[in-house]
Amino acid sequence: MYVSVKGGEKAINNAHSWLSELRRGDVNIAELNIKQISEQLTLSVDRVMSEGSLYDKDLSALAIKQSRGDLIEAIFLMRAYRTTLPRIGSSKPIETSKMLCLRRISATFKDIPGKQKLGPTFDYTHRLLDFKLLADGEYEKAKIEKYDDKEIPHVLSFLNKEGLIQREIPSGKTSKDITRNPIYFPLTRSERLQSLSRGDEGFLLGLAYSTQRGYARNHAFVGELRTGYVEIQFEIPELGIEINIADVMFTECESVNQFKGSKKIPAQFTRGYGLVFGQLERKAISMALVDRSMRWKEFGEEYLGVAAQDEEFVISHCDNIQATGFLEHIKLPHYVDFQAELDLVRKIREEYKKNEQRT
Amino acid sequence: MQNESRKQWLSSLATADENYLISLWDNLNMKIEYNWLREPEIGSVMVQGKVGATGDNFNVGEVTITRCSLNLDKKIQGHGYVQGRNKYKSKIAALCDALMQTEKKEIIKRNIIDKLVKYKNNKRNEILSKTEATKVDFFTLVRGEDK
Repeated sequence: MYVSVKGGEKAINNAHSWLSELRRGDVNIAELNIKQISEQLTLSVDRVMSEGSLYDKDLSALAIKQSRGDLIEAIFLMRAYRTTLPRIGSSKPIETSKMLCLRRISATFKDIPGKQKLGPTFDYTHRLLDFKLLADGEYEKAKIEKYDDKEIPHVLSFLNKEGLIQREIPSGKTSKDITRNPIYFPLTRSERLQSLSRGDEGFLLGLAYSTQRGYARNHAFVGELRTGYVEIQFEIPELGIEINIADVMFTECESVNQFKGSKKIPAQFTRGYGLVFGQLERKAISMALVDRSMRWKEFGEEYLGVAAQDEEFVISHCDNIQATGFLEHIKLPHYVDFQAELDLVRKIREEYKKNEQRT
Repeated sequence: MQNESRKQWLSSLATADENYLISLWDNLNMKIEYNWLREPEIGSVMVQGKVGATGDNFNVGEVTITRCSLNLDKKIQGHGYVQGRNKYKSKIAALCDALMQTEKKEIIKRNIIDKLVKYKNNKRNEILSKTEATKVDFFTLVRGEDK
């Protein structure tokens, strides 16, 4: 018989005090401030905004500090805060073709209008630890050059003109917000993309990699990858005037995949799409690959029974807050559940013993 | 036309660097009488993307927004919709929006709006010129056997 008990308040309070002390670390070392995190750990900040599904650098930096750098814990804090915010409305759909690009590359065409611009990238670095950073203050200044301030068109729009690639045409349907409505499978592509955009980078990377290794016949090229600021347009309800209410950094990836064609459609290229807050190109590329592999039905491709093709599997498991919530709850007291299991096992063993004595 | 220019100044105020806007406003040292229509509140706007950059809309995630509304007198209202969670920034934006509709328009335009535009343009130019410096110039090498 298990009798419910109370207790643990003191232990919990003291545990949290120790957590607080450890978060501060050695007091002889200067304390991190939020601006240092948002200025110098920008890619962590971006990840927490993307998976926390809320674009606010200071809050993201605060969450990282509070969570001692545990990014999933930080994402949890962002999500929790997000739910407390009144929703003022929805923006107009963004125009990524008007992005103020820091980076814009294509792996499919060398010479493109607007050119290949590498931007601040880790690509082509030697991945050797830089011991100069152990010392203080040394850094290189960015170089500058004269430029034309022209809009940079999407690379895939050139293939569009020849009809060589499947087009993305609006169906006119409004997108359901998966944070406000329960989801039912099968999902629309809009709902899938919303889930993927806030999904876990590691999970999406693993799935995308699985498609490259052959778990879904899906050889992808990066048609275009761009990172930069996009103006968010929003109509002020009191005035009916649309204003640029915010400037937000995005990374967008358009993948190009082969398609053999079907009875209805001649052979052409197809697309996968990735769009995420911040400079998170590994995630944007992963998102595009996984988006494409889930489109098999649309193109009449074969279902190979692999994870990356299974929308229900991907979408139900890509959210790291849902996942960690369920996973981590099993470390909390389950004394009653376990007591029941224990009783059951004892009973079965007794019956087994009785049966053994009889024979 | 009024709407077009109001759209411009509201956009400049909304996306202004908050510390810069606050310093510009505080330097003016204006004492303005106003009544709240809506005190500053922090909320969010859902950002919509397009599938494949041109297709259906989809929700990408939210961005924090602070808004407030006030009136100077019964006729003139100001609205402060700004990016971020700074209530003072939102109030300054609403006051500027209201003052831009009065005879103080020139002072606000010259000392705040024009400077915000310039600040943002400088930032834009800085990014464009740094990006340009990372432009790839391809060249081909003539191989021996092709000669």
